[in-house]
Amino acid sequence: MNHHAVLNRPLLTPPFLVLGAFGLTAIVLLFVRFFMGMGAVTNLNGGYPWGIWVVYDIVVGTAFACGGYALAVTVYVFNNGRYHPLVRTALLTSLLGYALGAAGAFIDMGRYWNFYNMFLPWQVNTHAVMLEVGLCVFLYVMVLAIEFLPTVLEKFKAEALQQKLSRVLFFFIALGILLPTMHQSSLGSFLIAMGWKIHPLWQTMELQPLLAILSAFIMGFAAVIFEASVGAVGFKRQPETPMLVGLGRIIVGLSIAFLVVRFVTLLMTGKLGLIFAFDLGSIMFLLETAMFIYPVVILSSPTQRAKGKRLFYAALCTMLAGALYRFDAFIITFNPGAGYSYFPALPEILITIGMVAIEVMAYLFIVTQFPVLAREEH
Amino acid sequence: MKRRNFFQASLGAAGAALASTTVQARPNLEPAPQAVGMLFDSTLCVGCKACVSKCKEVNGMPPVAMGDQVQSDFALDLSPHTLNVIKVYKDGAAAQKDREQNGFAFEKRSCMHCVDPGCVSVCPVSSLTRDPLTGIVNYNPDVCIGCRTCMTGCPYNVPQYDYNNAFGQIHKCQMCNQKGVERISKGGMTGCAEACPTGATLFGSREALLAEAKRRIALKPGQVYNYPMGDVRKPARFQEKVVPQYQGHVWGEKEAGGTNVMHLSAIPYDKLGMPPLGERSAASISEGVQSTIYSYMALPAIALGGLSWIVKRNAEVANHGEEDKP
Repeated sequence: MNHHAVLNRPLLTPPFLVLGAFGLTAIVLLFVRFFMGMGAVTNLNGGYPWGIWVVYDIVVGTAFACGGYALAVTVYVFNNGRYHPLVRTALLTSLLGYALGAAGAFIDMGRYWNFYNMFLPWQVNTHAVMLEVGLCVFLYVMVLAIEFLPTVLEKFKAEALQQKLSRVLFFFIALGILLPTMHQSSLGSFLIAMGWKIHPLWQTMELQPLLAILSAFIMGFAAVIFEASVGAVGFKRQPETPMLVGLGRIIVGLSIAFLVVRFVTLLMTGKLGLIFAFDLGSIMFLLETAMFIYPVVILSSPTQRAKGKRLFYAALCTMLAGALYRFDAFIITFNPGAGYSYFPALPEILITIGMVAIEVMAYLFIVTQFPVLAREEH
Repeated sequence: MKRRNFFQASLGAAGAALASTTVQARPNLEPAPQAVGMLFDSTLCVGCKACVSKCKEVNGMPPVAMGDQVQSDFALDLSPHTLNVIKVYKDGAAAQKDREQNGFAFEKRSCMHCVDPGCVSVCPVSSLTRDPLTGIVNYNPDVCIGCRTCMTGCPYNVPQYDYNNAFGQIHKCQMCNQKGVERISKGGMTGCAEACPTGATLFGSREALLAEAKRRIALKPGQVYNYPMGDVRKPARFQEKVVPQYQGHVWGEKEAGGTNVMHLSAIPYDKLGMPPLGERSAASISEGVQSTIYSYMALPAIALGGLSWIVKRNAEVANHGEEDKP
């Protein structure tokens, strides 16, 4: 029954303390944000209302946290049980990543004390993408916590509760597949309403949700490989390469689908020429496309992808490609006109870094306390 | 294995069905039945900024000073403290008014009160609303969560969040009809239209303003026209002026579904900073996508049912398989 084990390593290592220092910095800066307003720590302005807090913490961060979602679909919908050992770590990363997203949404909320209005049926606007994303992310964090509960119960040997939970868990797994499908696609729908402010190479209107969900899957699978590879090196564990290779093949298929949808759309809307305009948009588009193609080439070759290191770089590159796709659309090539410009302020960056540091610390703490990592088979 | 193929096939079929559901586009919204608005005629504006001062007075906002010069408002753009601003277009020697090359022109920026407002469409908590009768786009800070999606969804960058306030809110023109001001409900007109000494900002019903705008475009350049001031339906005064060569269309008649605040100009609208808009509102496209997927939450509910069934079957197999392992 025990396929997972507590990681037997000291927690308070020098890297952990460095993370702590970043985390503390963020907490101090957050006091400034809440007492003096967002202007004191960010470069947000009238033309760029969304900066890295929204675009990294929520739009990119939750896609990085799609590992749990991507694996749940593979294991429970497509019945590929062999990936089951990876599910727990992926779930934990998803839980922490989404918690970061929710925290990011809260600190970015200009009138957070009115938050409860999102739950009042007579107050909500059901057409609004933000309502759907807000409620879905909120619910999904709770669903992830429930999905992670068996790990906690296993530690405390609460077998009666484990039995009860296992009988209803299927429903939460199903919900944990539905909710990310909804809000990850909706992250793309945000771009529709932004209309002309979105660069034509990224403005695909009705196809935004499809590209968003595809990129979420791609980034989720890549994050699972990334995490397992880093874990193997960082914790000096046996790498799970054979299992990860299978995920690499899924990434190839999805990345090709993503690129086909994008290029066919550009062709049909007569925008292909913009790719070679060699302005900011064109250069970012070419860079992004190259970053999607490199891993596809590596992962398509059976000899290349069998090498743990190559697999790791391919996964990292895929994650960055997906992140760049979202950063490009929402910030880098986003142009509201009227002379507005945006580059994040130092405290703004430090808050995001510090929050990620806290997320990593929480991960390290939990894997040394709870049976999360797959037991090594020697 | 057989069953697995069946699941995959059925899932694929469901996906194809979902993809082939044509996105039910909703058309642009129509103007409100008693829509009120304004007509800004750039060729009549002399850049005195009386409208800016009056707007600050009505809305209780401090003037923007430049050094110790306090005789005029120096606001350069919309901000949490400026809901209405006069900007200038300049080219080359800026020798002649209302000329594109080597000329200059004035432009008024304030909320356009879109007929199909993007800010209202994207607001998750109905903090921004379109008045069902007058079409005025109102803001209620008491429910606003400060997510600033309205700012991303406004094609004109109108809503302004006050970043330098720990308890900041969105600021935008509410056509002088917000609680405590209510100039329109009391039968009055907007502060800016009332203060305008040349009739460049004209108040009235959208219908009457659009008719007036089209009348002006149809006039022969060089002839003299009696321009009304104040409220187009009951002008306080008139001013005779030579008609310029107007651009061929009224900005706001159709752009992104049209606006209640419309503009006229002698130079191209993009030179005055107007965005590149088609006739479809982004709000209508976005809502079309959302309501196709989330109509009555039927599709998500069916998906949840199907997923629960598949997961229940597969989880049993997965767990069983795991127990079999040595």
